[in-house]
Order: sequence, then structure tokens, then C-alpha cells
Amino acid sequence: MKVQILPLSELIAAHLRDGQSVALEGFTHLIPFAAAHEIIRQRRRNLHLMRMTPDLVCDQLIGMGCAAQLTFSWGGNPGVGSLHRLRDAVERGWPQPLALSEFTHAEMAVAFQAGASAMPCGVMPHYAATDLQEHPASRVKTLSCPFTGRALAAVPALNPDVTILHAQQIDLAGNVLIRGIVGAAKEAALAARCVLVTVEEQVGTLRNDLNAVVLPACVITGASVVPGGAYPSYAHGFYPRDNAFYRGWDAIGRERDTFLAWMERHVLAVRDHAGLLRLLGVAA
Amino acid sequence: MSASAYTRDEMMTVTAARQLVNGAVCFVGIGLPSAACNLARLTHAPDLVLIYESGTVGTRPLVLPLSIGDGELAETATCIVPLPEIFAHYLQRGRIDVGFLGAAQVDRFGNLNTTVIGDYVHPTVRLPGAGGAPEIATYAREVLVVMKQTPRSFVRELDFLTSCGYLTGSGARRARGCPGGGPRAVITDFGVLRPDPQTEELQLAALYPGVTPEAVRAATGWPLALASSLETLPPPSPGELASLRDLEARTQRAHARAVRISLPRAAVDA
Repeated sequence: MKVQILPLSELIAAHLRDGQSVALEGFTHLIPFAAAHEIIRQRRRNLHLMRMTPDLVCDQLIGMGCAAQLTFSWGGNPGVGSLHRLRDAVERGWPQPLALSEFTHAEMAVAFQAGASAMPCGVMPHYAATDLQEHPASRVKTLSCPFTGRALAAVPALNPDVTILHAQQIDLAGNVLIRGIVGAAKEAALAARCVLVTVEEQVGTLRNDLNAVVLPACVITGASVVPGGAYPSYAHGFYPRDNAFYRGWDAIGRERDTFLAWMERHVLAVRDHAGLLRLLGVAA
Repeated sequence: MSASAYTRDEMMTVTAARQLVNGAVCFVGIGLPSAACNLARLTHAPDLVLIYESGTVGTRPLVLPLSIGDGELAETATCIVPLPEIFAHYLQRGRIDVGFLGAAQVDRFGNLNTTVIGDYVHPTVRLPGAGGAPEIATYAREVLVVMKQTPRSFVRELDFLTSCGYLTGSGARRARGCPGGGPRAVITDFGVLRPDPQTEELQLAALYPGVTPEAVRAATGWPLALASSLETLPPPSPGELASLRDLEARTQRAHARAVRISLPRAAVDA
């Protein structure tokens, strides 16, 4: 089956509904910013966001009132500090309360793997050595190994309605190549009912190593070609992470009015991601 | 600044780096731990195997990453493995010698909080959360913690126990069956704290030149005990200082570099 390649606005409009769970994966690398901005422009509401590291992408979605729930495992601005919009939602319920499901990285990776394997849960060793399994947002339960009696932690599977990834290339048949840091992108995609991908470019044939990470066309629902679609994160081999932007976001995201003004000008008032890149002077 | 003068922060990073033995397999947290590990690799421990939770194994970055997954880490790695693998096959399997962590709060038994200040449901400050730290703290053969010492960060009681140290001490951690050995040292901007062998309570074991035990106690939220012999650590060597400052200068330049993305003509004209 050939993968449908659509303009990003049509891809999001066709496949993402209010109230759905949506995993935007990519561990620091290949974060689908262009897709998230399109979600914001289309004013999707009450989404359940799933992302190991919410990063600026979820900070923006949360601050713009798109999310009612967040499943995550580390919610900071990497190397910089807080995600102020995430904090504002958790600490003060602005712009709306945000229900949390909170894991460790290892647990959330297991949860995506379980989801991708049609298992109700994944298991890990359990040592009862933290408050993490006891807090109200934890959904981890304990059980004992039927063979050894050892205590295990059962992590409920994550099966997003939609997983959105950014990747380097798609070929004419719709096979998608991811190069570099892959995080849990593959597991998050295979756990989802619907897999949407934005890519840097379409090529005739993928020239990949035999063991490269390729999501075959048969698991992809729809795709869109969006050069620069991971900016201000990065696409290995295309452009580096804009660390200065991540540092600068701390001041933008800190206050509600500076945040809203930035989003109005750079996301709502532009037509597409190329518009943002031109406005920021990043597009060459 | 002359080569002989140095800041307490530099002393902290240098001291943290000195804790690492050449050849160790080290799971690295972002920020101060990453600076210390890379300084060690650039000075006395060239064969350190640095693993970041982004799945980069044996990485040798020329500049410090801002995030745990900068491209620099991928480009200079021996291999990149998917995230579920780095936690299951490396950390959980027991292949990590040293876990290197920071935190917002530490208590007298080396337990760490990176989750919330205040109540979980209605926090005063929502911190980033667990990330990889709980499993690093559980499985690494030993753990090093590096963080600045203040009464707000070195607390009598954690608001939330994210990652285990020695729990309540005196063998409590071992009794839970945690495979790793727990924190070997907490390196601060005053000196080094190490666990008492019996009670496992952190004690002041070493001081930086010119720092008094009273100053360290004033920066600690519990009555800090002193080890039976209190060492004064040597200041950074000219080589250590030069390596650290070069690394930081290179990093600053790299992080300020403007990003340019070339769009296809159709996208530019749109």
C-alpha cells in the first residue's frame, strides 16, 4: 500500500481529533515541531500528550491550551532549566489543569515496547526504593515472578491513538529512514494505531545500511515533506540543534504574555513551518 | 583570570573529574556530571567509556552537549542504541561501573529528589522529574553525585524520594536488594562528602583549600558529621584548569553558532 503524502495541514486535519492521545517522539533529536505547530494552528483541544521528554514542543502545546493530559518521564528544558508553561499548568492550572501520568525513562520505554508488542504491560525488576511507584500519577503496580518469586514492576502499555515522528527521508514507496539518535521513536510508532511522519526530503531510494532504523511503508499511515520540520531540535545530517534558541526560550516561556505574543507572531500568524524559519532568519 | 586563580565551581568540576578511574564505563547525567566526565576523559582518563541515556555509547564529544542528545554525542559515539536497549541491556543488565548524577535535593543518606518541592499533587515547584536517574541510582556499581551545597539543596528530609541512595542507612539499601552499591561520594562546591561505612550517613571527608568545616556545616540542612580524618584537596593543576577552560570556551562558541537551514526553492518562495 502506497503511503499518502499530503501537505502538513491536510495530514493533521485528516488524522488527529480533539481528545485523542498523541505521542510526539524523538529523543532530543528529530522532535516533530512543525507538526506540533500545525496542531496549535488547527486549535486541537484536550489532547493527551505522550512524550518521554516533553521539551519545548509540549511546553508550547500545553501553553496554547491544546492538552488536558501529559504522560512523560522528564519534563525540563535540557541543560537550561524549567519548562515554564508545563510548570504553570501543573502548579497553577493555566491555561487549564493538566493531568499527569509520570514514569521514569526506563519505565516509559518499557511501556512503549509493551504497546508495540500488543502486551497489556511490560515488566521490570522492582526494589521499592523510591516514592515513584507510590505517587498519584504513577500507574506502575507490582507483581511477583511466577518462576522465581522475585518482585517485579508492571508498567501499563502505552498505545497512542496517533504517533507523530520527524525523520530524515521517505522513499517513493513510503519507507521512512531515521538516522542518529532514535530514542523510543520506533516503539512509540509501532505502539500507535495511526503513524504520521514528517520528513526532511523524499528520495527515489533509501541508501541505508542493512541495520538502519527503517519504518516500512506498511506501518505508516501518512506523511508530509517538511524541510526543517524538527527545528529548533535537529535532524542529523541536515542541521544541528539550535542550542541558542533553547536557551532563549527560557525568557520567552517564563511569562504568560511573552509566551502568547511569541506564539501568536511565530506560529499562529504564519502559514507553515517555512514561514517560521524565514521569520527567525534561520532559512537560507 | 590567571592560571593560578580558580573558582570554587572549577574546583568542584575538577574534583568530580578526579573521582573517575580510566577505563570505567560511566553513565552520564547532563550538566555538571557531563562536564566532569568529559574533563576526566580529556585529562587523566582518556579511555573512559561515556554513555548518555540518549543511547550514545563510547561518545567522545569535542564540546559539551547542552542536551542529553546533541548531535555531537551521536557523531563521536562508538554506536547508538535505541533507548529501551540502553536502559535494559546496559544499565539493568549491570554493565555500568559508575553513574554520575546531579539533583535538586540530597539527604544525609545520599537519596535524591528531582521530582517536586512541596506536595506532589499541589507542588510549590514542579521539577523536571525522574528521567533516567532512578535506574542509574539503582543499578550502577557505584554512584557519584555532584551538586552545589546550600541548606535548601542538602536537606534534613527530601520532599520526594526520586532516586535511592542508602535509603535510611545501615544496610537498608542492601536489604531491598538494589544491585548497585550506592553513592560513593557527593562532590560539592565546598568539598567531598562520603558515606560512613557502617551507618552510611554522608560525612564531610575532604575540603577545598581555604574552606572551613564550619562553612560546610552552615551550607548543610542536617548536623553534618566530620570523617575521622579530614583531607584538604590539592587545587586544580594548570593542566586541569586549562583543559576545563578550553572545553568551556569551545562549548560556549559552539552553542552560540547560528543555525542555517536551506529550504528547497519551492518552500522558500511559498
